[in-house]
Amino acid sequence: MEMEAHVEPNYMKVFWWLLALTLFEVAIIYAHIPRLFLVVALVLTAIIKALLVAINFMHLRFERWTLIAVTILPLLLIVDLLLGILPDIAKIPF
Amino acid sequence: MEQTIVMSHPEESLEVMGAPRGKVGMWLFLASDAVTFGVLLAAYGAMRLGSSDWPVPSSILNIPLTALNTFILICSSVTMVKALSAIRHGDVKGLRKFILATAAGGATFLGIQAFEWTRLIAHDGLRLRNNLFCATFFSLTGFHGFHVFCGVVYLLVIYFRAGMGDFTAERNMRVEVAGLYWHFVDLVWILVFTFVYLL
Repeated sequence: MEMEAHVEPNYMKVFWWLLALTLFEVAIIYAHIPRLFLVVALVLTAIIKALLVAINFMHLRFERWTLIAVTILPLLLIVDLLLGILPDIAKIPF
Repeated sequence: MEQTIVMSHPEESLEVMGAPRGKVGMWLFLASDAVTFGVLLAAYGAMRLGSSDWPVPSSILNIPLTALNTFILICSSVTMVKALSAIRHGDVKGLRKFILATAAGGATFLGIQAFEWTRLIAHDGLRLRNNLFCATFFSLTGFHGFHVFCGVVYLLVIYFRAGMGDFTAERNMRVEVAGLYWHFVDLVWILVFTFVYLL
């Protein structure tokens, strides 16, 4: 029988971070800040929150590299898709 | 507070890529599901950037209510990891308690989403075919809501199987796999909430 040991993440600490970042997101949409800063702040915050869930709650940091590769490969496909449609989006002024 | 735990898993003796089969299977499913959500979000982005009169979401959607829903889903992720931690310490009662709390969180999320949809459809007259905003909003939140519904059913199956003594401190991989699905649903909502509601 194979035995594995790892340190369990501090789940409550992750929870408080997720809550704080969510409150930050809601607060800044009501603040009068330039649109570009708002978009960058929201996207970065969402990425940080998603990583917090994947790394801690989904225990990705304890997984073998093969499993991590399985999760990263589809993300590369999504990036490829975005790059594919970027020329169409970029033509449109906004 | 961090504590060291020991995982032992006889039912995971059959391994693929150095990990239990069930876990690899769920990761592969989540990877394909991530592409589906990614395509939906990319299509949403393309349509939104291509539209000159896209409405400000906060002027139509109830942001505080959806923020509360996000909070509920985050809480349910915490109860899910607590459930796994409980069974890894041999606490079946704790597992059932936290799994039920997680399912209740998911059901509450769906209830609030149903309330939001009802208000948007019946009161504000929004329909899937009205415009691109409505089409992408209902598609993305509906597809995610369907995932939450499946997750609640999945968790209830785990709850009843726990009651039949299917899980122990040594045999709990299926709880972990259910947790992976649930956290993925939470992760996707974090992105949907930001891109569809806040941006």
